[in-house]
Amino acid sequence: MAPEKMMFIDPHIHMTSRTTDDYARMQEAGIVAIIEPSFWLGQPRTEIGSFKDYFSSLLGWERFRASQFGIKHYCTIGLNSKEANNEALAEQVMELLPLFVLKEGVVGVGEIGYDDQTAAEDKYYRLQLDLAKEVGLPVQIHTPHRDKKAGTIRSMKVAMEHGIKPHMVIVDHNNEETVKDTLDGGFWAAFTIYPNSKMGNERMVEIVKQYGTERIIVNSSADWGVSDPLSVPKTASLMLERGIPAEDVRMVCYQNALDAFGQSGQMNESDWLQPANVDQRDKFQDNSVLRGGQTPVVGEFKTRNELKENIVK
Amino acid sequence: MQVFQADVEKSRDFLYELFKRNTSDEATDWLNDKLEKVKGANSARELYWAFSAAPRFVGKTVLQLQESELSKADVLRPGFNPSKWTTDQTARTLLLLSIPHQDQNEFLHKLNQLFSTAEMGELVALYASLPLLPYPGDFKLRAAEGIRTNMGTVFEAIALDNPYPADYLDEGAWNQLVLKTVFVGKPLYRIYGLEIRSNPTLARILSDYAHERWAAGRTVTPELWRPVGPFLNAFLMEDIKRVFAHPEQIQQEAAALACSQSNFIPAKELLEAHPVLKNKIETGELNWNYIGRKSLPAN
Repeated sequence: MAPEKMMFIDPHIHMTSRTTDDYARMQEAGIVAIIEPSFWLGQPRTEIGSFKDYFSSLLGWERFRASQFGIKHYCTIGLNSKEANNEALAEQVMELLPLFVLKEGVVGVGEIGYDDQTAAEDKYYRLQLDLAKEVGLPVQIHTPHRDKKAGTIRSMKVAMEHGIKPHMVIVDHNNEETVKDTLDGGFWAAFTIYPNSKMGNERMVEIVKQYGTERIIVNSSADWGVSDPLSVPKTASLMLERGIPAEDVRMVCYQNALDAFGQSGQMNESDWLQPANVDQRDKFQDNSVLRGGQTPVVGEFKTRNELKENIVK
Repeated sequence: MQVFQADVEKSRDFLYELFKRNTSDEATDWLNDKLEKVKGANSARELYWAFSAAPRFVGKTVLQLQESELSKADVLRPGFNPSKWTTDQTARTLLLLSIPHQDQNEFLHKLNQLFSTAEMGELVALYASLPLLPYPGDFKLRAAEGIRTNMGTVFEAIALDNPYPADYLDEGAWNQLVLKTVFVGKPLYRIYGLEIRSNPTLARILSDYAHERWAAGRTVTPELWRPVGPFLNAFLMEDIKRVFAHPEQIQQEAAALACSQSNFIPAKELLEAHPVLKNKIETGELNWNYIGRKSLPAN
């Protein structure tokens, strides 16, 4: 299968902080669906209303914006680990979460877990695991940047303690040091491909060569920092170039994400298999993705470039 | 303070029967379980979860209503018309009607939480349920907010086939509702109470709007003259003459209907000058609902 014909899912990307140009290039590169986990915004929120509006925007404006480029947008809802440390606010967020977790297109509770591994983080992580279990949703775990290996193992151990089955847990931001424990525990092991940090795409190729494709997922985590929304298709392209069979690439860059988050019952292949009918004349609460003088795309969003033009060597 | 605008118990029974007839046994079982849970006083979580999750368990099929059921709805609450409701919307409304309402603050708190975190499908259910909810006076500002939305389905839920706005909105908000319906090209004949709530200010605003459209070389929906007719005066007559002079028959018909609503002598005279149209109005062959349906494809 030629790379430009492949479909990809990026199961972890923060589109709130990306532009429509990203959406256009992602669509051209074969990304058909994305999952946007709730996360912090680069600086802490100070009022509960900010959380409420953020969650609403993930389900509203951002979903609409993605649809304008033929991309299906889902999200996970949760209180992130960094902001769990503001306990007064965290309490209020916990009251808000039940209003959002079962809305249409919410495919998990996430991203939750540890950052500094404080007592407050532990408390709200556990409360959210209970919530996920109660509503039968998958859990998307953010593993810490510092003291990563211990933090990852702890995240999984605590999830088990709360009676969450490993197949309902997607452990994000894995690396060579954590992958074995994650897979051995029966969890989904997701890898974030960042330029210059976390996981490079050449290292990702080696991991797939070594561990195979079962329960391994590739994502970009692209956000407001130095990151790349085309990480998934680029990694796929490199895998093919390095001799990984197309079917294996399909598993780690598409199917596994669908299987893992599809357990929510809120994400089905049929959601995007129809040719995307884009109508950029549409508006969401009077806002358009277009700016003055631009011609709306109506009908099928056509690929303009071949994937290779999107690859930065 | 008015607590009820419709009998909550009867509304619930009526909608429940409709729901049951239009969905599967599994969906009904699911809803039965949730309705029971929502009745408890400390059941906010159960309510929020069931309200969000309803479509995945009960589907989104449009209800098939019989004529007798439509009449029954209207008896239950004048103007209540669930003919375009879906199964998920009906389930959501049943949940709302099962929330304990003895404690007003508690009840309103739950409703406010649902409104302020709702996505599109949820907003449709919430706004369309307004004519059945207790404490109707407390939802005036919500309804006015619903009119400001630019989400088409949400706007329709509040503006069309819904008796709440005509019964509770103040004049400013009501006029905005009518003007916006014209503005976004939705059918006026589906606004409940349009004639009863017509007023001179609305007539003036609609006339100004028509002038703006004409200045830009655009047409005006013939339905626009329906709330204007009863308030015709020397100034508005100039508009009606212009509409009569329009080459399209539907525009002339609208002008004639507007004149027929007026006691203003020049309006009566103008209608006399168009005996064929006058006759059609008198026999009932020509009326505003006919104009509304006929102009719908253009909307």
